[in-house]
Amino acid sequence: MNALLLSRMQFAVATLFHFLFVPLTLGLSILVAVMETQYVRTRDPEYLAMAKFWGKIFLINFVVGVVTGITLEFQFGTNWSRYSHFVGDVFGSLLAIEATAAFFLESTLIGVWAFGWKKLSPKAHMVCIWLVAGASSLSAVWILIANAFMQHPVGYVIRNGRAELADFLAVVTQKFAILEILHTIPSGWVVSAFFVMGISAWHLLRKNKVSFFTRSFKMGLVMGLVASLFVFAEGHFQAADLAEKQPAKLAAMDAHWETEARAPIYLFTWPDQDNQKNALEFIRLPGLLSLMAFHDVNATVRGLRDFPREEQPPVWVVNLTFKLMVFLGVWFILITLWAVLRRNKLTESPLLLKSFLYSIPLPYVACALGWIMAEMGRQPWIVYGLMKTSDAVSPVPAVHVGITTVGFLILYGLLGAVGFSLMATTAKQGPQE
Amino acid sequence: MDLASVWFFLWGLLWAVYFATGGFDLGAGMLLPFLGKSEEDKAVIANAVGPLWDGNEVWLLTAGGVTFAAFPTVYAVMFSALYLPLMLILFGLIIRGVAFEFRGKKDSPGWKRTWDACLFVGSLLPALLLGVAFANLFASVPIDGGGIFHGTILTLLTPYGLLGGLLFVVLFLLHGSFWLSLRSEGELRDRAFKTGKLLWPVALFAAACFLLLSYFSTDLFARYFAHPVLLLVPLAAVAALLMVRVYLKKESPGMAWAFSGLTIVLCTFFGVIGMYPNLIASSLSPDFSLNVTNGSSSPLTLLIMLGVAAVFVPLVIAYQAWAYKIFFHPVQKDDMHY
Repeated sequence: MNALLLSRMQFAVATLFHFLFVPLTLGLSILVAVMETQYVRTRDPEYLAMAKFWGKIFLINFVVGVVTGITLEFQFGTNWSRYSHFVGDVFGSLLAIEATAAFFLESTLIGVWAFGWKKLSPKAHMVCIWLVAGASSLSAVWILIANAFMQHPVGYVIRNGRAELADFLAVVTQKFAILEILHTIPSGWVVSAFFVMGISAWHLLRKNKVSFFTRSFKMGLVMGLVASLFVFAEGHFQAADLAEKQPAKLAAMDAHWETEARAPIYLFTWPDQDNQKNALEFIRLPGLLSLMAFHDVNATVRGLRDFPREEQPPVWVVNLTFKLMVFLGVWFILITLWAVLRRNKLTESPLLLKSFLYSIPLPYVACALGWIMAEMGRQPWIVYGLMKTSDAVSPVPAVHVGITTVGFLILYGLLGAVGFSLMATTAKQGPQE
Repeated sequence: MDLASVWFFLWGLLWAVYFATGGFDLGAGMLLPFLGKSEEDKAVIANAVGPLWDGNEVWLLTAGGVTFAAFPTVYAVMFSALYLPLMLILFGLIIRGVAFEFRGKKDSPGWKRTWDACLFVGSLLPALLLGVAFANLFASVPIDGGGIFHGTILTLLTPYGLLGGLLFVVLFLLHGSFWLSLRSEGELRDRAFKTGKLLWPVALFAAACFLLLSYFSTDLFARYFAHPVLLLVPLAAVAALLMVRVYLKKESPGMAWAFSGLTIVLCTFFGVIGMYPNLIASSLSPDFSLNVTNGSSSPLTLLIMLGVAAVFVPLVIAYQAWAYKIFFHPVQKDDMHY
């Protein structure tokens, strides 16, 4: 294997693993903040116990997110130095702003929050967790702006053999970034809502602290319902935006080969990229792709054959991850609606509770699928239309990349096993005192 | 001074602040197996840095981010040339970060021993390797015109590089021992303070050797001899270290901690000033060196980043000072989270 392939593997491992912890940070911080606010408002000790119990799980998750995030910032320099040289003028500043304007606040105040229960007034303590929640979302905003630049570069000029910043506002306010932010952050809320509902369901199935976990479940339910509907609807606009900005990705998502008007969507497809067609396709919905992409059933949608073979993304990956993500998105909406109907009879609904328990991993899977689709769908480009991934890799010996990739796999494997098992143990113990 | 040069010194300052803040939590991590005689002591040590290590580590992230933003070419070359040491630093930071949070989660001695070992190794590796890396940057690195590193990890382990690593380790241990003594009581406090006393002459000796070897192994002093007034910086570093001795005598760990931090900042600046205008000097040919002119970002990026730094860095300092103030006294039973 060469350094390129190994570096791509290493980056995939590092990002996907990091993104197992980010979504819960984004959403659970808000839920804990709401719990603590309710405590400050009502002085009901159950809300305090909720904030402490969910906060304890939050902190285990948070620390793994932090340490794996540091790796990512340095990966660009270690493994993608040609990329860093080429776009650092634009991309580097976004990462630096993220650290300065958001991550500092998040990391400083999480320490004050975790250790400061007895040192601050309840109100000041509550403000800390709100600031942590706000800062973690703001962190995500800057990182997603940086990713959006890779997906759809704007606001730059090519000068001195590199992409130099020309219009900062264009970079940070571009539609691609806004749509990406509006999809990714609420998807973290879906993860968090399902996490809280799933763990609460486990306790409710055992009739453990029923009031405590019913309250927790319902808070999760509000977040889960709003977020899963929003993410789904928003995803549509994001896909439509691709029709114009990354047509090859959109075509790959739907395994759409031929440029045509009234382009259909097939519910199930098995693409065969070698022969530039689908080996299998079932359930044709005529005109739907045109409708989704251009809000017009007669619109023409570009097919994959319009793009030279070497500029097509790996179609089956993009197609499969997209379809699975959408199916999961439908499941999140259905199951939360079901819970809304049974909201006052939760303990009498074991099937519902069990479904929620087993659904805990699904939003995590959906997030990973979404990222794989977005990043693989951009291939062969690292910066869409500007720089190929194969031109971006560092001139380091493949053996170094190989050793460190194995190192990451072992370390992250252990870290994930320990982190999640500690979260599970803490979750099962339930609220202390 | 031009914008890129302003950023050069801000870049140096960010690294220096990371070494001075992260330095004591790395030091405390290395000291834990030696100073923690009982399980209670070890818990106090972990909780002593618990509220602050994460905020401290963001200075490292910001220093890295600013290298990327202000000197993208330098970031690209530096991080790929120092590939393996950097990865080891990252592995270290990962295992020690989670060790803080995880060690108290189970009561089994084997579990605790494992994470204490992670804390030790994970604190020692970054301290040592950051020292080695910066000593090499203070000297020179075999990079060619394409920014490709011609050497192995052993190339970096010159006597000067190793001395740099040793100096960082000793200074961080010293710095950490004062932090632990100001955040603990009774025997642990005394043990930590005594450790500081024992370490001080070692630190002085290491710093003196480093200054001396800098004269023979690097060109740092060329800049100082051209502008002798700059010699005040290494002199101030030595003076700060002497002030540590003064406060050791007065049994004041807080002030000793402040001056050991200042020593670290000034030691870093001794190198940074000597490097200017190079960020990475090439040992193959001066033509291949990366400096503030050929390694920096466009003026627009530098200007925007300066605006961002001018607004946010003072804010960060303000709320971090507030956080430090909250925890600037011995750890109590009811403010332990770990």
